[in-house]
Amino acid sequence: MSSAHEVETSLKVNGVAVKETAGAHLSLLRWLRDIAGVTDPKYGCGEGVCGTCTVLVDGEPVSACIVLAAQVDGAAVTTAAGLCEPDGSLGPLQRAFHECHAAQCGFCTPGMLMCAASMLGEADHTLERHEIREGLHGNLCRCTGYGPIVDAIDAAQGSAP
Amino acid sequence: MSEVRTSKLDELRVVHQPLPRHDQAEKIAGTTKFAGDLAFAGMLHACVVRSQVPSATITRRDGDDARRVPGVVAVLFGEDVPNNEIRVDVPGQTVVVGAFRASMQVLATDRVRFHGEPVALVIAETEDALAVARELVTIEFDDLPVVSDPEQALAAGAFQVHDGGNLLAEWRIDRGDVDPAFDRADVVVEDEYRTQFVDHAYLEPEAGVGWLDDDGVLTLRVATQVVEHYRDVAKILGVPDSKVRVIAPYVGGGFGGKEDMTVEPYVALAVWHTRRPVRMQWTRNESLLARAKRHRNVMRYRTAASADGTLLAHDIDILSDAGAYAYLSALVLLYSTVHACGPYRVGNVRIRARTAYTNNPPTSAFRGFGGMQMVLGYESQIDEVARRLEIDPGEIRKRNALARGDRLPVGQELITEVQLAQTIDAVRERAGGKPTPAGPRKRTGRAIASNMQSYGRLVWLNDSAAAWIGFQMDGSATVRCGVPDIGGGQASSLAQIASEILAVDIDRISVHFGDSALTPLAGTTTATRQLLMSGNATYEAATMLRDGMLGAVGDETGQAFDSLRMTPQGVLGPDVTMPLVDVLQLCRRRSVPIEALGTHFGPKGREVTRDLEGGRIFPDFTFGTHLADVEVDIDTGEVEILRYIAAHDVGRAINPLSVAGQISGAAVQGIGQVLLEEVVMQDGVNLTPGLFQYLIPTATDVPDIETLILESGEGLGPFGARGIGEPPIGPPLGAIPAAIADAIGVRPTTLPITPERVLSCIAAATAAAGVRGASQEGAKS
Repeated sequence: MSSAHEVETSLKVNGVAVKETAGAHLSLLRWLRDIAGVTDPKYGCGEGVCGTCTVLVDGEPVSACIVLAAQVDGAAVTTAAGLCEPDGSLGPLQRAFHECHAAQCGFCTPGMLMCAASMLGEADHTLERHEIREGLHGNLCRCTGYGPIVDAIDAAQGSAP
Repeated sequence: MSEVRTSKLDELRVVHQPLPRHDQAEKIAGTTKFAGDLAFAGMLHACVVRSQVPSATITRRDGDDARRVPGVVAVLFGEDVPNNEIRVDVPGQTVVVGAFRASMQVLATDRVRFHGEPVALVIAETEDALAVARELVTIEFDDLPVVSDPEQALAAGAFQVHDGGNLLAEWRIDRGDVDPAFDRADVVVEDEYRTQFVDHAYLEPEAGVGWLDDDGVLTLRVATQVVEHYRDVAKILGVPDSKVRVIAPYVGGGFGGKEDMTVEPYVALAVWHTRRPVRMQWTRNESLLARAKRHRNVMRYRTAASADGTLLAHDIDILSDAGAYAYLSALVLLYSTVHACGPYRVGNVRIRARTAYTNNPPTSAFRGFGGMQMVLGYESQIDEVARRLEIDPGEIRKRNALARGDRLPVGQELITEVQLAQTIDAVRERAGGKPTPAGPRKRTGRAIASNMQSYGRLVWLNDSAAAWIGFQMDGSATVRCGVPDIGGGQASSLAQIASEILAVDIDRISVHFGDSALTPLAGTTTATRQLLMSGNATYEAATMLRDGMLGAVGDETGQAFDSLRMTPQGVLGPDVTMPLVDVLQLCRRRSVPIEALGTHFGPKGREVTRDLEGGRIFPDFTFGTHLADVEVDIDTGEVEILRYIAAHDVGRAINPLSVAGQISGAAVQGIGQVLLEEVVMQDGVNLTPGLFQYLIPTATDVPDIETLILESGEGLGPFGARGIGEPPIGPPLGAIPAAIADAIGVRPTTLPITPERVLSCIAAATAAAGVRGASQEGAKS
C-alpha cells in the first residue's frame, strides 16, 4: 500500500492550477482532499457505489475514489464549489437545490450536484422526472427520500449549471 | 408534493413558514466542514484493528512488527487504556438504568464477541503508514462456539456470550383479563413476524479529529448525536469531566447510529497518548461491520376481536437480538413493548419481551427505536381481523383508534388530541382510485397503515435542555444551544423560534450549537426530542428575554407591559415606537439583561420495573397513516411502489420544508427496510461488508413521497409542535406488506420482502386457493 513512488500531478481544480508531488497510488479523492485541501468531494464508500465523491473530470462525471489522481494528470476537475458564482454565491443549479430543500445533512450534496450538472449538461431534451431519477441512480441519499433533489434538478432545467 | 392542513393557527411571522434552512447554502456550496474535513498541521492518523472472528479467546497480541513501520507512532492495546471500559449508560442523563449490567472494553484484551470488535489502536504520521501497519498487528485467537441467534441463545445449555446468562433484559405487561377475552372473541388471529438487522447507512461514515487545546482540555470534533459523551471519554481517560470537550459539527446523517460512541474513545486515546492532533476516519467496511445495528425482532401476535371489529385482546411475545454487547438494547426493547399494540385501544394485553446476547454485531438505537418493528405486527394483525370480518381497513382502524383520555396498556393516559382518523381520511382522499395493472402478469395492490411513535425521552430520565439567547448591540442576535444538528434542521428551527418571538430577521440570527464546553447542554439529538426540548428551551429563553426588554420599555415610558409588542420595527405600544437598538441601550442603562438562559425540563415519572405498570412513560406520541400503491410482477416477484402518501399530525410545523423532508426521508428509509435492506450474518460473520452488498434505496427504487402535514396544535413542543423525526419510518412496515397482500392474496411476514419471498407467497396463495378462508377460521376461532 505504501509507495515510495511519487509522481507530480497537475490538475486545474475549479479553474485554479494545482501542481503537487504525491504518492502515485493516491486516488483522485485522496489527492483532492489530503493534498490539495479540496474537501467538498466526500468519502462515503471507497468503492464507487455511493456517489458522494462525484466530480467532473474534463466535464465527465467520475467517482473520485476509484480513479487515481495520476491517471487524470492535466485534467480540469470541477467540484461542487466550482458551481458557485465568481463572488462565491450559489450558482443556478445550487440555488434550485436551496429553494427545493434538496439538502438535509448535506453530505451527499456535493456529489449529487455534480451528477446533476453532468445530467443537465448532456440532456438534449427536457428531462422527465423518471429520467432524472435514472440519472441519479449512482448517487445515494439517506435523508431526503430523493423527491426534493429531483424537484431541484427539474427546476434547474434550462438554466446553466 | 407537500400539503399543510392547519387548524387553530395563531398569527405567525417566521415559524410555520417554508423557509430554506440557514445551514443549506454552505452545504450546497460545499464549504461545510464535516467531522472528517478538518485537518491540522502535524496531525496524526489513527485506525482500529478489529477482530476477524466472532467469538474467541485472544491468545496473543503483538504490535512490534507494526511499530517498526516507518511513520508509525504507537500501537496501543487494552492495557494502554487508563480505564479500559465503555460503560453502558443512558447518554447525557443522570440516572443509571437498572436493566443495563454489561459494559465493553475499549480494546478487547482476553475475549472477542463479534466480528469487528476493536482490539488494537494504531497511530501513524500518514495514512499510508497506517495502512501498512494495521496489517502487521498480530492478533491470534482460539475460536469459541458462536451463538448466532437469540432463540439459540436462550435454549438450554447454550454457550454463554457473557457470564451470567444470555438473557440481557426482559419486560412484561399484563393488563385486564386476557384469557377470558380470547374465550369470548368472535375472531382470533395469530401469526409470527420477523424483521432483520438493518444498518443506518448514513452517507458520512464515522469520523473525527481530536487535539489538546491550550488549557490542556482534550477536544474532540466528531460526527456524533451526543456531545455529552465527553463524560464517558473522561472516565476512560481517568480525568475530570471538565477536561474533555466534544464538538459536534454538522453531522452527515445520524438516524441513531451516532448515538452511542463510535470514534470518540479511540481518537481521545490517540491524542492523550501522543499529545498531538489526531484524525480517525472509519471506512464504510468498518461502519458496516462494527457499528451497532437495528435489532432484528421475532414477534408472535395473537389477537382477539369481536364481530364488530373491536379489538379485545393481544397476547404478544417479542424476542430481539441484542448482539454481543448491551448498548441500548434494554431500552429499545422497552420501546417495542410499549408500542406493541399500536395506536389502538386494547383493554386486555399480555406481552412478554426479551432480548438476548448473541455473537452478532451489537444492536442499539436506530430511528424508530424498537417501536417501528412492531408496526409490522400490529398492522398486519388488524388487517387480518378486518379481512376475516369483512370490515374496511380504514374503518376498523378508526373504530379502535386511541383518543385523548385513553390509557395505553402500560398505564399512560393520553393527554393530547389524537388525529389518527384524520390522517386515514387524508391519505385516502388524496389517493383517489386504485391503479390498474400495467400488464397481464402484473397485479396491483393498495393498503394503508397507521402508527404511533413516542417523542421525547422516557419520563424517569429527568430530561432537560438549555438554550441561551443574547442580543448584540446592533440588534442582531446569537443563540447558543448544545443541540447536535444531524441534518434534520435542528439548529435552524431554533433560529426560527427565536426570530418569531424576538421579531428579529432570521438572517440576523446566528445559532452556535453542539459544543459541550461553550454551548449550554441540550442533551442528545435522539428520541425525537430536540424540538420538544431545545425548542422549548429556546422558546423560554426568547420569551424571558422579550419580557424583560418590554418591561424596561414599560418602566421607562409608563406604558402598560401588556400593551407593548416586539415587532420588526422595534417595540410598539399605543403611545410609543422604540427602535430595537434604542431598546437595547435602554436596557443597558436600566441594568436589564439583554441575554437569557432558558432551561426546559421534560415531564417527570417513576422509573419502571420489569413488570411495566402504572403510569406515564413517555411525554407524548405522534400519529400518522401512510398509503402505498404497489405493482407486483408475478413472474419475477419484483415489487414496484407506484405511489406513496404519508400523513402525520405534527401538531405545528415549525418549518414545513423540514417536516416534509423528515417524513419523506423516513418513509424511504422504512421502504428500504421493507424491500431491500439486510445486514446478513452467517455464524457471526457479516456477509454485507460494503454498499455493493448492503443495498439502500436509490432514486429509481422509490416514487415521490407525497406528504400531508396535519396540524392539530396539540403537541408539547413550541407552538404546539409534536416530534416528527422518527415516527414516519414505521408505517411502511405495515403499508407495503399489506399492499402486496392486496395484490397477490398472501401477506409477507418476514422482512425484507425480496422477490424470492414474494414468489413463495404467490406459490402459497396458489396452493391454498379455494380452501383457505373457511379451514383457517375454523381452526383458530
